[in-house]
Amino acid sequence: MSVEAREARQPWILLSPALTAVALLLFVPLLFIVVYSFWLRTATGADEVGFFLDNWQEALTDAFYRDILLNTLKIAAITTLACAVMGYPAAYFIARSKGNKAILLLLLMLPFWISYIIRTMSWINILGVSGAFNTAMMALGIIDEPIQMLYNEVTVILGLVHFLLPFMVLNVFVSLDGIDTNLEDAANSLGATRWQAFTNVTLPLSLPGLAAGGLLCFVLGAGTYITPLVLGGPTDAMFANLVFEAIITQLNWPLGSALSLMLLVVLGALVLIYNRYLGMAQLMKGLG
Amino acid sequence: MSSVTLNNIVKRFGNFTAVHQSSLEIPEGAFITLLGPSGCGKTTNLRMIAGLLDPSEGEILIGGKRVNDVPIHKRNLGLVFQNYALFPHKTVAENVAFGLKYRDVPTEEIPKRVQDALDLVQLPNVGDRYPKELSGGQQQRIALARAIVIEPDVLLLDEPLSALDANLREDMRVELKRIQERIGVTTVFVTHDQSEALAMSDQIVVMSEGRVEQVGAPEEVYNTPASEFVANFLGASNILESRCTGTGDGVAIDAPIFGQMTIPAEKAPRITGEGPAKLVVRAEKLQLSDQPAPDGSVSVPATVETVDYQGQAVRYFVRAGDTQLQAINMIDGHPFAEGAEVHLHLRPQDCAALPG
Repeated sequence: MSVEAREARQPWILLSPALTAVALLLFVPLLFIVVYSFWLRTATGADEVGFFLDNWQEALTDAFYRDILLNTLKIAAITTLACAVMGYPAAYFIARSKGNKAILLLLLMLPFWISYIIRTMSWINILGVSGAFNTAMMALGIIDEPIQMLYNEVTVILGLVHFLLPFMVLNVFVSLDGIDTNLEDAANSLGATRWQAFTNVTLPLSLPGLAAGGLLCFVLGAGTYITPLVLGGPTDAMFANLVFEAIITQLNWPLGSALSLMLLVVLGALVLIYNRYLGMAQLMKGLG
Repeated sequence: MSSVTLNNIVKRFGNFTAVHQSSLEIPEGAFITLLGPSGCGKTTNLRMIAGLLDPSEGEILIGGKRVNDVPIHKRNLGLVFQNYALFPHKTVAENVAFGLKYRDVPTEEIPKRVQDALDLVQLPNVGDRYPKELSGGQQQRIALARAIVIEPDVLLLDEPLSALDANLREDMRVELKRIQERIGVTTVFVTHDQSEALAMSDQIVVMSEGRVEQVGAPEEVYNTPASEFVANFLGASNILESRCTGTGDGVAIDAPIFGQMTIPAEKAPRITGEGPAKLVVRAEKLQLSDQPAPDGSVSVPATVETVDYQGQAVRYFVRAGDTQLQAINMIDGHPFAEGAEVHLHLRPQDCAALPG
């Protein structure tokens, strides 16, 4: 075998374990889901094998699913916006802090060491009827009865922001950290105030990081079912809850498959649009 | 265009003092170089003049006005960085126009001003390109255009040539000096490169460990170093522990190896009388020869130990007695070989002396 041929094969040899894992654990199950979505669940509870469009028809035409999908996208959008507004200043602070950058980044990663479910449930201990907030307010005599603060859309968004904020901060940080601080100095020396230097130079240069963080927050937020399950009320179901409901509760795998593919297509389209305009490289930077 | 004055400036970072009590007078239109190794405080001084750092003590005057409390964006300075610091998301023309937006320049006049600046740096046709499409040298010209288009009172250059490769650096040196002379702006140039400092400056401020070692014209700093540090930093020097044996008609020095010699008083301005002294012999002034010098000149035998061939010149390390000396000679024919027995020629008027 020639040297060129060997060199050409080398990347594939190195990639093969990962490709095998992705093929077996992601691609094959996904194919199963696609196949499932065309089966039909009969009244007896058994799945009828075949090519039925009933699930797709139900998923695509029923206003119930459409409304929840739109609501899911809305909640994801609000969450993303909140993460951007809260995360950008934090990322800026970390990027510009000298010396203790590593500690601040470690603190930022710290929540990842605790299960996302536990972190979500911690809000029950804070905002619940017998949680820290109500107990403290009652002890101080400010309120007589505990306030019901949980189980609505606001707490779902709160839980999502809590979960997703580090992703936003990390992405924006990576982007800001790569910007030469001399650029702001140069802008200042040319007559721009600090704010003008920020809006004219730093902010535009950090937009790719903001967009990458936004995409991650949106996709992860729109795909979650744990937060609405733990912190949402009966009417706050998000789209992934429908999938959960169909598959785990009703054991209706064909419908659940069709619904999950629907969400996959919608979020996948978003990723493709992002990739078209900003490219995946920026996203990879933020994840690394 | 304005003069710049530093009055007893001190800059501390925590417990570390980056600049000790430094005072400096930069006349209007002068080209001043802050020269020193990294960490000597030269960039700190520049950043304080720019307003990027606040002095811990002392005051800074630009055009006779105290500017300690004037924020950077109101100081009207042109700043050029080593890494160019061009805005990567803006075209060259937008980069150059950046500072004009914050001044009362009529919008319709901006393109002309930008073009004039680009013409001045001899890159008239790159306005619609992005910085990353230009070479390093071109980017630095654009950075210079961006700094001078605002007609700054003072131009501050922070190692602007250090990121360029050697040939380009020498071209840019000439170019930079030409532009500075043409617009006549007061310029403070920071570098660790002695040849840049010698070639470009009206005055050189040699700094070391946060202190000003010497201020003077290039020739003065080069020929009459005020300290051992200056003698070694500007070119290579041999420093010999000697004695001054009298100051009358010139300064009489009794040096090891070279013996008794009399050097002109102006080459030893800091020697006040008899006592220990240091003889400074520049490596370029020590000539190797296979013949003893004719009478009247100092000539001592030595052995060549190391030959460092550099093309047009050669650097020798020679041993005379138990002292190693270095000499840099232009090559005439072939260099001496290692181990060759030679004579070292030295003219007393080429030496300088410092108090010991």
